[in-house]
Amino acid sequence: MNILLAIILGLLFGFVLQKSGAANPQKIINMLRLKDFHLMKVILLSIGLSSLAMFGLLAIGIIDAAHISVKASYFGVIAGGAIFGLGWAIAGFCPGTGLVALGAGRKDALFFIFGSLLGAFIFTLMYGELKTTFLFNDLGGKLMLASTENVKYKALFSSAPAFIIAGGIAMVFIAIAWKLPAKSD
Amino acid sequence: MKNLIYQKQWDWLTSGIALGLVFLFAVALVKPIGVSTQFVIFDGIVWDFFSDDIAVKNSDSKSDYASTNAYLNKGGGKYAKNIANPLNYSFIFVLAMIAGGFIANKLQSNEANRESMISPPVWELRFGHSPSKRYFAAFLGGMLILFGARLAGGCTSGHMMSGIMQTSISGYLFALAVFSTAIPLTIFMFNRGE
Repeated sequence: MNILLAIILGLLFGFVLQKSGAANPQKIINMLRLKDFHLMKVILLSIGLSSLAMFGLLAIGIIDAAHISVKASYFGVIAGGAIFGLGWAIAGFCPGTGLVALGAGRKDALFFIFGSLLGAFIFTLMYGELKTTFLFNDLGGKLMLASTENVKYKALFSSAPAFIIAGGIAMVFIAIAWKLPAKSD
Repeated sequence: MKNLIYQKQWDWLTSGIALGLVFLFAVALVKPIGVSTQFVIFDGIVWDFFSDDIAVKNSDSKSDYASTNAYLNKGGGKYAKNIANPLNYSFIFVLAMIAGGFIANKLQSNEANRESMISPPVWELRFGHSPSKRYFAAFLGGMLILFGARLAGGCTSGHMMSGIMQTSISGYLFALAVFSTAIPLTIFMFNRGE
């Protein structure tokens, strides 16, 4: 059952990433150089809509809070994100969109995937050395803004209703997505 | 509907709604979407061919699997377990993504548009038509991206999209860090001489 869902959801995700232009490095590079905000609008709208719907369905009990999975905050999130950003600028792919672009027949995506596999392997070999450094110092642990029934995760605004907090943020994302011009000059 | 399947690219509104629905379905039915971990799993599957102690059964471990590599052994050996059993949800999900890209590209009507599958136009304007230059950049970028993603514990899918969707602090931190280097470097690389 889970494998069937993996196939359906993975196909859907790959299909939508390709159709939205996210697997096109031209679109990524032009977003990052602040010339074409098509993808920025897509990202903001999709985060806003999915967040709004998720917290709504959590509140009425349709989504199981056990499905929530929040990652920890530590220095490596910032350092790793900064390194990731450099690679994103140079390649114009991220891990997911690179795979989709490979499926869509892009030749540069194949070299991107080779580089990615090597980068992941270098980290795998270095982790033993890195794990005791400041990079893995805690920055608040598995913390979120809105609270859920899932006791594994702490919430910054634990006394306010989650749907109000998350819904408010989601509305801001959707509003920015709506107002942002598609292109800049 | 037919038009949506054959269209080369959707507008931002259609794309945003569709992408939002995929992230919602994933968390409602299974768990939030993540991609970059599977690069480690793929490496591990290959490594496992050449080594006997990369993913082995071990009843002392929480996942029943252990590895001599500290990273693959992390969190009770959960990576080692997925390396030993590649037919798991997350790995199949990522393989299916490649197929999704393939199908989307096959179905799109691209008679008029024969754009380069080697380098994007914005790259060719600045760095010329040499495929090897573009391949090198894609390779180098990939190395940095996956090293960074594993150090951060996630990528654009897991940290940025799934993370911010759940109002996770780590998602906001990751997004800020990514754009703080990606935007200046892209502008520096591509806007010179314009």
